[in-house]
Amino acid sequence: MIYLDLLIGFLKVGCFAFGGAYGAIPLIRDVVMSYGWLSDEMFTYMVAVSESTPGPIMVNLATYIGSQQAGFLGAVLATLGVVLPSFIIIIVLTALLKTFLKNPYVQAVIHGIKPCIIGIVLATGVYMMLKNCLLKNGVFSPDIITITITAALFVVSYVYKKTKKKQLSPIMLIVISAVMGVIAYGV
Amino acid sequence: MKKGILTDLFATFAKIGLFTFGGGYAMIALIENECVEKKGWITTDDMSTVTAIAESTPGPIAINCATFTGYMQAGFAGAVSATLGMITPSFLIIYLISMFFDNFLEITFIASAFKGIKVAVGILIFQAAVTMIKKMKKKLRPRLFMITAFVAMMLINIFSLKFSTIWLLVIAAVANVMIYTITSMKKEAK
Repeated sequence: MIYLDLLIGFLKVGCFAFGGAYGAIPLIRDVVMSYGWLSDEMFTYMVAVSESTPGPIMVNLATYIGSQQAGFLGAVLATLGVVLPSFIIIIVLTALLKTFLKNPYVQAVIHGIKPCIIGIVLATGVYMMLKNCLLKNGVFSPDIITITITAALFVVSYVYKKTKKKQLSPIMLIVISAVMGVIAYGV
Repeated sequence: MKKGILTDLFATFAKIGLFTFGGGYAMIALIENECVEKKGWITTDDMSTVTAIAESTPGPIAINCATFTGYMQAGFAGAVSATLGMITPSFLIIYLISMFFDNFLEITFIASAFKGIKVAVGILIFQAAVTMIKKMKKKLRPRLFMITAFVAMMLINIFSLKFSTIWLLVIAAVANVMIYTITSMKKEAK
């Protein structure tokens, strides 16, 4: 049943998404792909939309996917799924188990998961870039336009960082890439 | 419990939810400004505790902060109000977007823009990973875990393997608990 799938799928994300929004993206991608809810391309678009609209990125992605799959109730259940684990954990920790996180075994679990998430996020970013530049419908076929846009975006964010001494904001990078897309692929 | 505190919690967090883009750490500054400085609901000390807890627990950081602040002010009902406040604006916005997004993509120049945006998303995720690596402890074990997870995830992606990412995390957790248990037993033996 789609409602139950949405709730359980996003509960899994909510339970394992250490490391903020970017830590959650590979998990959500995994859940979405395994149920066949969105294409890889549509998922990437939604990451950009979630990044450019207010609110927590995880909540935005959950709301969109839930709504796409099963309307308003689907959106509510998916959002609930992603929020509920952290809600419960915080209440339990503040109310009852103030020393729980200091337990060495709990620390060992956290310190095992965190670097693993970083590796997964890195692999997701690298794979997305390679796929954009080198694959077309799953077949090896380098795309000159995408390679050029990728290189240009890296140059822009590098130059910005060097001159302004701070990272270019994600929304600015998205806006610049949108302009490049319109120039490259036409109106 | 102060009168009207539940409405106040809901309204304050709805405001925070409506005005922060990019999620996570961008929100912490705004939460601090609203809840510590303006409202005096929690102290700076509380704020750093909850940030530390948020870093060690799963889920959206903004939700962790909202739940914590709400709970401190008005117990369970407060936690529910603050958390709902945090979610409601983005829920409504995204719900509206989801109703017309497919039609929106049929417009040629929007579709072109998103072909460019697709590239930016890959770069953003890559950059987020690089930032996380820079913040990581410069020790052998976390690096080994990170590299192993990277290689495993690349293989899963390239060969479209049916292997849930969550299993990678579970394996990492179990492996680290085993390593911890063995090393502490060795220390005791000495």
